[in-house]
Amino acid sequence: MELAVISGKGGTGKSSVTAAFATLGEKLVVADCDVDAANLYLLFNPEHETEQVYIGGHKAVVDHTLCTVCGICESYCRFDAITEEEGKIVISETSCDGCFFCSRICPMDAITMVRSDKSRMYSGSFRNGMMVYGRLAPGEENSGKLVSMVRDEAKRVAAEKGMKTILIDGPPGIGCPVISTVTGVDRIVIVTEPTMSGLADLKRVHDVARKFTSEVGVIINKSDLNEAMADRIEGWCAAQGSTLLGRLPFDRRVTDAMVAGRSVVEMHPDAEISKAINKIWNNLMANGKEQVI
Amino acid sequence: MKIAVASGKGGTGKTFVATNLFNVLSMRGDNVTLVDCDAEAPDDLLFFTAERISESEVTHQVPVINKDACTWCSRCSNWCNYNAIFYVPTAKVIEVIENLCHGCGACSFACNSGAITEKPVVLGTVNIYRTGRGYPLVEARMRVNEMSPVRVIKAAIKEAGEDGMVVLDSPPGTSCPFIQTVDRADYVLLVTEPTPFGLSDLRQSVETLKTMNKQCGVIINRADIGDSGVKNYLSEEQIPLLGVINYDPAIARSYSEGRLITDKNDKMAGFFAGLADKIISEHGTGSN
Repeated sequence: MELAVISGKGGTGKSSVTAAFATLGEKLVVADCDVDAANLYLLFNPEHETEQVYIGGHKAVVDHTLCTVCGICESYCRFDAITEEEGKIVISETSCDGCFFCSRICPMDAITMVRSDKSRMYSGSFRNGMMVYGRLAPGEENSGKLVSMVRDEAKRVAAEKGMKTILIDGPPGIGCPVISTVTGVDRIVIVTEPTMSGLADLKRVHDVARKFTSEVGVIINKSDLNEAMADRIEGWCAAQGSTLLGRLPFDRRVTDAMVAGRSVVEMHPDAEISKAINKIWNNLMANGKEQVI
Repeated sequence: MKIAVASGKGGTGKTFVATNLFNVLSMRGDNVTLVDCDAEAPDDLLFFTAERISESEVTHQVPVINKDACTWCSRCSNWCNYNAIFYVPTAKVIEVIENLCHGCGACSFACNSGAITEKPVVLGTVNIYRTGRGYPLVEARMRVNEMSPVRVIKAAIKEAGEDGMVVLDSPPGTSCPFIQTVDRADYVLLVTEPTPFGLSDLRQSVETLKTMNKQCGVIINRADIGDSGVKNYLSEEQIPLLGVINYDPAIARSYSEGRLITDKNDKMAGFFAGLADKIISEHGTGSN
């Protein structure tokens, strides 16, 4: 089973919850798909068994010895990536979308498309199973493709090691890397927080999630920061027909555990939050739809 | 001058800092505009009573293929780098997969038989509001189920113009949406938290900003929950630490209710005003 943890809003506690799920006992494969802010390896210190190069998107590069500054490329580029500055064609690496159009229409063949090979994907073992994660090199784009590559590797590793569960830590937002994360998964868990922003972002990411599976559950993290807001979110979930998987209290020990390189369930198995996480996980694994509070 | 408030890691307090910075500058009458560039999860508006001035759609051009005119030459599908043209000539199938199309226009140029025209597809909206204090808030809002917020972000920043102070509330992460936002900024204010996750993502942001030659300073939020890793890193890298905000349940509460702490709390208002002054005194108010 592939289970993805996402959030819409960043910083709601996705990775801390994922880390706790991953260390409850069952041996599993963890796939960190938040590739431009991958963090779980910090808690799991996986022993790298494989390292693969991820070839990112293309970027147009102009050869000034061939370029006649005719401006055709500039007039056709729809990403505002090409400008003429001081009699020279300049292609902005940040704006270039890698579409190849300019390189194809340049009458002088002065534009070539190059790819970056600085990003990496790693897989290896950690104390409770296997872990796969991607690290996008600074400034690299096209993270959706790296997400797909991480998920493919996680499936391969799961089959090889005979592990049944793949737990995916997803990126924030609702765009391309999130869609790559949830496409084809069996269950989606959304971690939110009891704030106005948390609810607004939950609504958007929930719309996306429901396109991919009806098995969408919501966890309200730090719910005691604003119980009234948590109640409102719970009501909203009920109206959508989505399961409220549980509420988790705000607990500084989650951060203390992170600083110590552990998950909260490893450091403080008897804490209220750990018990709640345990219960949520057991329900998820039992495929139960009952509400847990 | 454009200041981007960014973070790498989500949920460190970008929106908290951006909205309050904008709020104190508008309280004292500075010429300031707030742009919510987190088009996938736009939340800035929740913190203001504001009146909508305009709404404009951001579109891109997607091909429409007239099968009757198609000569099955395959040039369009060969030129498409996004696999957005599903092409099986033997079965006489040619279709545009709009979700994969980036609107680059290569296919319609490639077509020699005039079989491809284009139609606009809406990617999102740029909404302009005027806040209760009379200052503009520009919101980039990507449509749900679209893949990339980049065009919407670009359009929103353009809409904000070049006058006065422009505060850009950046999306999290360090890939395309973040890069598009900070690319337009004269200065980047990074908001982090003093945890191993916060540090790892801060590093990634700083490294990305280095490749872009952007100047940055850092605010540590919830500074008393975590360890000293971030502070050590900042001194090693000689990155200015501009401010430290300790965890305060009152701040968390006002944020959760969509209220601005600087409206009620003079100490916090002073903190943000001081922050703005520090950046302005060192980097001016002009654009690069």
